[in-house]
Amino acid sequence: MAKSGTELPLPHNIDKSPSGWSILWQEIIKDKLALISLIFLAVVILGVFGTALFLDQKEIVTVDLFALYEKPSARFWLGTDYGGRDVFGQLIIGTRNSLSIGIMVTVMTGAIGILVGLVSGYFGGVIDNLFMRLVDFFMILPMLMMVIAFVTAVPKYNTLTFSLIMTAFLWMGIARLIRSKTLQEKELEYVQASRTLGSSHLKIIFKQVMPNLSSIIIVTMTLNLAANIGLESGLSFLGFGFPESTPSLGTLVSYARNPQTLESRWWIWLPASLLILVLMLSINNVGQALKRATDARQRRG
Amino acid sequence: MWKIIVRRLLIMIPQVFLLSILVFLMAKAMPGDALTGMLDPNIDPAAIEAMRERLGLNDPWYIQYWNWISNAVQGDLGQSFNFKMPVTELIGQRLMNTVWLSLVTLVLTYLIAIPLGIISGRFNDTWGDRLITGYTYVGFAAPLFIVALLMLWMFGFYFSWFPTGGSVAPGEVPGTFSYLLSKLYHMLLPALSIALITTVGTVQYLRNEIIDMKQKDFILTARAKGASESRVYNRHILRNSLLPIAAFFGYELTGLIGGTIFVESIFSYPGMGQLFLGSIVIRDFTVVTALVLLYGIATIIGSLLSDIILSIVDPRIRIK
Repeated sequence: MAKSGTELPLPHNIDKSPSGWSILWQEIIKDKLALISLIFLAVVILGVFGTALFLDQKEIVTVDLFALYEKPSARFWLGTDYGGRDVFGQLIIGTRNSLSIGIMVTVMTGAIGILVGLVSGYFGGVIDNLFMRLVDFFMILPMLMMVIAFVTAVPKYNTLTFSLIMTAFLWMGIARLIRSKTLQEKELEYVQASRTLGSSHLKIIFKQVMPNLSSIIIVTMTLNLAANIGLESGLSFLGFGFPESTPSLGTLVSYARNPQTLESRWWIWLPASLLILVLMLSINNVGQALKRATDARQRRG
Repeated sequence: MWKIIVRRLLIMIPQVFLLSILVFLMAKAMPGDALTGMLDPNIDPAAIEAMRERLGLNDPWYIQYWNWISNAVQGDLGQSFNFKMPVTELIGQRLMNTVWLSLVTLVLTYLIAIPLGIISGRFNDTWGDRLITGYTYVGFAAPLFIVALLMLWMFGFYFSWFPTGGSVAPGEVPGTFSYLLSKLYHMLLPALSIALITTVGTVQYLRNEIIDMKQKDFILTARAKGASESRVYNRHILRNSLLPIAAFFGYELTGLIGGTIFVESIFSYPGMGQLFLGSIVIRDFTVVTALVLLYGIATIIGSLLSDIILSIVDPRIRIK
């Protein structure tokens, strides 16, 4: 015990375990399909939001009776619809609106789901029981019908109420997932240690447990984003989403409910349908790659 | 076994109760009530008020709820103001169409999913497997209404192989064989559209199951005994990997509920989903609430079914 003051020689290069973000990034780089999807998404988002700055939504949704059902031409790149409105302009604005609402609903469902999941998983017992019975009840509701019924019942109907209605029936899945992960996480030693050191429950939940679940949260939110965009355009397609003055991708597809349009005027509905398909596919590709990254056995990178 | 079923049934009761309250309150929140459609608008408002009093529409909501639910339990769900007939009768006409559509969809789903899953799992990492995996990738992401629309456009209009709407050709006499065939013919395209999407989960699951199972010890034993390759797959692997698929049956059933709404609307197929959308548009709220209640109960029964099947198949999750 003579030289107790000397420091232990530190090894020069400690292999730091890679951070969550860099693992996710590595996996996307390795998966060419996901990389292409990500680039495509970035281009679409930048392009759509950029172009939408110069396009006037009012001008595009104004009816022009001299240009009904025109075929694609130099003036109207994708022709016009039954009101003489430019389909290409509607496509840009519609993509913007669909993406915005998809992101909004995903963030809101995410916030509620993560909060409920963390709290009920961390505390367990009565709180967990109460929350899970609530989740069980919401799970048995016929979601699509409830959303449609509420959309028609709500007196002041606009974009915000629409996304709130969607959120009200979509937060349960993520809550269940986060709860089960939190249940595993809270048994780990670092939580006990932190508790012994006197950290408050609040600090443990949000500063210590939640960051450890971040990669799972990112993966689910990405996959949910694709699902929400699909659901929103589906509702708009049925006529229970956005009003016609705020076109979404689903609004354009809904013109195909007129059999003549479906049969012989492909330029109105086909581009929007394909865009929805490709958008959802690429978001899913990125999501699946991220999902693989969170499971070390399946990683490619 | 019986314990589980009884226990699940007991859980169902509060669920159905809560659902009915929610549906009732939703109906109250919607503009208009049972009287709006029944009366001539020219009648004196005082007379309408007296009528409302007599029908109990001015009572507090819990009394109204009690009246509504006690009627509903006895099979009286009110009057549809649009069709001027009892809601139960109206739904009864459409119910069978949707049930048949769902049945055909389920049959098609398993007809497509099981062979694809087996091929994909047995010959994994070959070209066939890659093709099937690619299909599941696209099918997982594709929204149902777009698939249905593309199918209708391609096979209904472009190739004209299938009818583009309705549930039976006009002029067919109910009960004859050609009537039945015509019904099936009209159902095929809508059912196929849903089936192409719903197979995806089953194919992926079956593929993973089979690939996992291949490495297990009991398969090695079977091979060592000299069992032929087809015997190994059909007798040993399939028997083990098909059971979990059976357990998902109930979930498939609940999944169909959302799907039929889209597909019935696209193919103008006269089922309950189409009735629901039509009633919402014309504000026929007695029909709407009845349908929401019915679909909710169907979802509850679906999850009950899958829980029961799951506990038969997998002894580990049985409630003691």
